[in-house]
Amino acid sequence: MYPYLSTVVFLPVAGSIVIALLGARERLVKWVAAVFTFTSLLAAIGMLFRFDRTIEGMQFEEKALWIPALNANFHLGVDGLSLPLVVLTAFLGFMVVLISWKEHLRVREYFVWLLLLETSILGVFSSLDLLLFFIFWEIELIPMYFLISVWGAGRREYSAIKYMIYTLFGSAFMLAGILSLYFTTGSLSIVDMAGGGIAQAAIPLTAIFFFLLIGFAVKLPVFPFHTWLPDAHTDAPTAGSVMLAGALIKMGGYGMIRVSVSLFPDIARTYAPLLITLAVIGVLYGAALTLRQNDIKRMIAYSSVSHMGYVLLGVFALGQVSLTGATLQMVSHGLLTGLLFAVAGLTMHNVHERDLRKMGGLARQMPVIAVVFSIAGLGSLGLPMTSGFIAEFITFAGSFASDVFGGMQAATILAVAGVVFAAGYILWMIQRAFYGPVKGYVETHIETETLEVGRDALARYQPKKVVETTVETPIEIHDADALERVYMFSFVALILIIGIYPAVLTDIIQTGISPVVRLLGG
Amino acid sequence: MTGSSIWLIFLLPIFSFLIITFFIRPFVKPTSRIAGYVTIAAIGTALFLSLRTLGTVMAAPGHELVIPEITWLTVGDLKINVGLMVDSLTAVMLVVVTTVSLMVQIYSLGYMQHEVPDAKPGDRGYHRYYAWMSLFTASMLGVILSNSLLLIFVFWELVGVCSYLLIGFWFHRPSAANAAKKAFIVTRLGDFGFLVAILVLYVNTGTFNIPELQEMAIAGTLAGTTLTWAAIGIFSGAVGKSAQFPLHVWLPDAMEGPTPVSALIHAATMVAAGVFLVARTFPLFAGSVTAVTVVAVIGAFTAIFAATMGLVMHDIKRVVAYSTISQLGYMMLALGAAGLALQHEGRLTVEIAKAATAIGIFHLFNHAFFKALLFLGAGSVNHATGTFDMRQMGGLRKAMPWTFYTFVIGGLSLAGIWPLSGFWSKDEILAVAWDTQKLLFTLVMITVLMTAFYIFRVIFLTFGGEYRGSHGAHSNGHLHESSPVMVGPMVVLAILAIVSGFWNVTGGFNAFMGHGETQSFISGLFGIFAHPLPWIASFVAIAGIFLAYAIYGAKWISAESIGKTFKPLYTLFYRKYFLDELYENIIVRLVLLKGIFAGLEKIDTGVVDGTVNGLANSAYDSGNTMRRTQTGQLQLYGLAIGLGVVAIVLVLFLAG
Repeated sequence: MYPYLSTVVFLPVAGSIVIALLGARERLVKWVAAVFTFTSLLAAIGMLFRFDRTIEGMQFEEKALWIPALNANFHLGVDGLSLPLVVLTAFLGFMVVLISWKEHLRVREYFVWLLLLETSILGVFSSLDLLLFFIFWEIELIPMYFLISVWGAGRREYSAIKYMIYTLFGSAFMLAGILSLYFTTGSLSIVDMAGGGIAQAAIPLTAIFFFLLIGFAVKLPVFPFHTWLPDAHTDAPTAGSVMLAGALIKMGGYGMIRVSVSLFPDIARTYAPLLITLAVIGVLYGAALTLRQNDIKRMIAYSSVSHMGYVLLGVFALGQVSLTGATLQMVSHGLLTGLLFAVAGLTMHNVHERDLRKMGGLARQMPVIAVVFSIAGLGSLGLPMTSGFIAEFITFAGSFASDVFGGMQAATILAVAGVVFAAGYILWMIQRAFYGPVKGYVETHIETETLEVGRDALARYQPKKVVETTVETPIEIHDADALERVYMFSFVALILIIGIYPAVLTDIIQTGISPVVRLLGG
Repeated sequence: MTGSSIWLIFLLPIFSFLIITFFIRPFVKPTSRIAGYVTIAAIGTALFLSLRTLGTVMAAPGHELVIPEITWLTVGDLKINVGLMVDSLTAVMLVVVTTVSLMVQIYSLGYMQHEVPDAKPGDRGYHRYYAWMSLFTASMLGVILSNSLLLIFVFWELVGVCSYLLIGFWFHRPSAANAAKKAFIVTRLGDFGFLVAILVLYVNTGTFNIPELQEMAIAGTLAGTTLTWAAIGIFSGAVGKSAQFPLHVWLPDAMEGPTPVSALIHAATMVAAGVFLVARTFPLFAGSVTAVTVVAVIGAFTAIFAATMGLVMHDIKRVVAYSTISQLGYMMLALGAAGLALQHEGRLTVEIAKAATAIGIFHLFNHAFFKALLFLGAGSVNHATGTFDMRQMGGLRKAMPWTFYTFVIGGLSLAGIWPLSGFWSKDEILAVAWDTQKLLFTLVMITVLMTAFYIFRVIFLTFGGEYRGSHGAHSNGHLHESSPVMVGPMVVLAILAIVSGFWNVTGGFNAFMGHGETQSFISGLFGIFAHPLPWIASFVAIAGIFLAYAIYGAKWISAESIGKTFKPLYTLFYRKYFLDELYENIIVRLVLLKGIFAGLEKIDTGVVDGTVNGLANSAYDSGNTMRRTQTGQLQLYGLAIGLGVVAIVLVLFLAG
């Protein structure tokens, strides 16, 4: 069988190699990036259609012995849990190339990192071998670090380093967990371990569970490990933010289901009350902090902390419905927040302003952007007919019915209260950026002028006076151009399709969730 | 009458929304009225189909049509179906929504033609306006037709977002943008309860299907605190949408939207959706004394509470808006009181419970027509004078006779004067209140006086006396009647405001709603006066009108002197009981944003992120300190090794 999955995963990195070898012609670099990521997306869509929705378990498996001494395999495969995330990542991977079309700074390097980033995320979602999984997990740090520190804004170096070290802190624990598992079972296969059940290990299984969980919790992020996220999301370039919020943080939620819950079902059940509590705190705390922000990207970033709380809630409610909801919420959030970041980036690019207090009235100057931002925002606050509502509703229905502990209903009600806050911050954000009277926006730069002092013959020996004036040029504000409309409308179409007919995804997701639920004894 | 033609009622405005969004708006010039014609055609057809549906339902056995469901989504044991529920309540609501919507769409052709002074020149926003009006109408029909609570919630939120978009239609005005946001957030507070109620019901029964839930509530499989909390949760959604106390604050602000929007959404249909929802799930309420008591008390209190604020407002639309809140309170009271009355009933069936909603729904039915009429009248007045401030009006009776006479008909109907429609439904509410709870009866009887007073205060201030404004000269130099396209719908609604009440003169409406289970105390056009209650109510209403005449018509008593005498009370009413200040300034800004949220932000940067940075810094600092030991002097290293050896030996020696 044709190796679909390898094609999807490795095409972007192949593209980045081609770009690295090609030379620095901007247009060519961009076209190569677009062609490779688009082909990867096409292959991913092909998988979506060829995926057999009637069977559970892995499909499109590719397996080869990799490091015999370690019993490590090159083992890829997708099931109903990972396939939607693979397709989401491939979609975002192509979209960010289009979003970056106006990038002019060190273009070659930029696209090399961007495409490498896509491959690493795709690799995480499709690896079935823990060592391979971990390597992809770690590779992702490098391109992200450079994307933030070179092409970012604001305190970009601080944010990049913070992101790097914070994630390394998490993955150090994760590596310890993986090694403990390996020395206990002699295997690195996620599939085998999930089926077999793990016997007593050298160190308590609970410790291994938490080692692995810390790695995932930092990434998702779970309160109180979230503080890297607002900095990284805010200071990253637009494409970086889209990838971060859209695909990268889903690695945490995916890891929790694929590894934490599948390998340690009993321990997951024991500690569910703790994690559910953190989920509820994350939802409300994230929402409260969102309402305190004035930077448009920082607002979206904090709202992600709140929305990822729903994922955590759904995962540790440990039921068929709740886990399906959590997975759908990951896809939905990837599209909605990806689009919010894309449009926010576009707005900032067009008006040279990111402080919401200084924005306003843009709906008249850029109506298309305003409409798209509003749709993404309304989806994010859970408006029915968008993916946001159905994902949250399935999660709530699952967690309200969950019996993992007595406080599930109270926890769910508190989490539902988060949607009221969401309405508050989203509408406030839309109002501050787009409503109100039309304003003028200016670009400031400093112009220097050399004045000659005096007119006599000696004047040329006198020092010349240099005058610096701050010049404000009014910005002519453009609405989205054709390319920008293409990517914005692609996002909107997917958001509406999932919202109106969620069965396109839930039928797939369920085939991946059912085996997990059986392990849980449900 | 098949299922597909009922589906079509809902789909027609969807089609018009899609056509406008995808074909008209991008390709047709913005001044074209084509979007309006498309909308009118779609809704006109929907009205025709709704009337046919009403006929079919009246003829059907049990007044109910059964239409097969479609499975929308199955996740584990969560099964969500899509289906229609067509009973007498649905049929009545369909007619109300399509009729008022059609009238409003026609009226809007004229109303929206006027350029808004501060809007983009040349762009009246026809396309945007009619796209959203179509979407709104479709969503509202969706609420009415849905057979499951979840599906109602879906459309419930969609009408909310259409309301948001239309209140903020002139989004460049900060007041409109604020009002839109406020409306959405305040109603969402109520929707939070509604959503929790849906979850509670789903977990306890495994279904969202309304007929099934109704059966369970009546059979007693769904009872006790679960039922009470579910009912109260549903009611909290209704409180938000129907602007009942304490979530009423958004509706007066919502008047920032175009006036036809206020007429359709914020008077006749969406705000009545709360009442509809309670009626739709009434068997659930009937099973809980607590729930029906809450409904009755909130309803009666809101009725009088909103009326007091309506007494003093200067803005004509706001007076009518407070009147809407007050009248919705009447409807809630009617439902709650009827529910209380059911508690004494020995035998309870779904039919009897549904029959009990007839009184409230009949008022909803009548109110939709006369209140939409009053709003359209206010819009017409605004066209002539350029303002909504009644202090800038007066004397419009001569210039705008059509507007004047139709407005008076609406006012008389609202005041409850025989034989107009408001009379018939209001008296029934008073009767059921009298039968169950005398205190609530007293409250709403006082409200009758206030209602008659405030609406005739509007009439005398707007149409009586001399013109006080200066803005009227803005077109052709004199005040003028509105165009026929605006007057026409007003005349139709005025006729409905007169005749819609006759449906129940011999108890026909109650029989239709209740499948023949109820008797009305109303017995004929004149027979009703055999009862003492209509005499009292009519006397009180006429007294209110007379009082308004005395102060604002004949000016026997000066309005200023009354204002001065009751200064604290006047201030309290005029400042809306300071609730806006309490909610916005104290709770939202002070307690939440500047208090709790700011505190959390401090914790986030100080403690949570502070720990992270602190750890990083301490690692850096300790490394920096350790670095100093790397001096490169071998003597120092030797000394350190020697001391180390001595220390180890000592430790071993002491330990051994």
